[in-house]
Amino acid sequence: MAVLLEKSFPVEAGAYTTAGEASTTIKRTLKQLGISAEVLRHVSVACYEVELNLVIHSLGGTLTLLVDPEKVTLISKDIGPGIPDIDKAMTEGFSTANEEARTLGFGAGMGLPNMKRNATEFDIQSEVGVGTTITMSFALK
Amino acid sequence: MTVAEMAKLIDGTNLTPEAPKDREVSCGYTCDLLSWVMAHGAAGMAWVTVQTHMNVIAVASLMEMAAVIIPEGIEMEEPSLQKARDEEINVLSTKLTAYEICARLAAAGLPGKERDA
Repeated sequence: MAVLLEKSFPVEAGAYTTAGEASTTIKRTLKQLGISAEVLRHVSVACYEVELNLVIHSLGGTLTLLVDPEKVTLISKDIGPGIPDIDKAMTEGFSTANEEARTLGFGAGMGLPNMKRNATEFDIQSEVGVGTTITMSFALK
Repeated sequence: MTVAEMAKLIDGTNLTPEAPKDREVSCGYTCDLLSWVMAHGAAGMAWVTVQTHMNVIAVASLMEMAAVIIPEGIEMEEPSLQKARDEEINVLSTKLTAYEICARLAAAGLPGKERDA
């Protein structure tokens, strides 16, 4: 499928104050493309959750937005540390977030399940010592 | 009810005069766990929280909420307010507790959010 738009956003580990900037830009971009309010909401929530995960858990990574006539795709790719047990990580209520994240009101163990709930298709691949890649797509029709 | 009407009802001070006061409020909600709000927030919501950092504004903006209400006279830091002004998110401050805010809004007929199926 022809890609109409592709944009990448670097996300820094531990950058709590700027967390959400990539998601806000992505939302604005999609709004300009005329994406429906409902799809926009699903993408926004999942995008913010995955961006926060990069800030809280990763050593840094990149968020990529792809738009084609059928769907919006978000790809989060980080440089580690990787998730030892994906099933456990996908369990609602399970979190390895640090104290700083918890003080801010994060780390309730709802991020990954919330992404899965909002995306049409959700895929997570992870290798300890290598990194994690999350691919989410949102159908436009 | 509009944000302006809601502000009056809870003796609220509007900290973001730039945001639209005629915005319609769809429902009320209170929670301080941002992860939870991300999963359960709704468009048009008036969200009561004691959290005041920048991520509060990011959540409110991404969820297209009508307003954030800070209870008990808690101050919101300037960078958060600046972000709220940029994003045109209403931030109201009041001396009332979260409980009193919700009680007044509910008494005035503002519903809670629709329950998830």
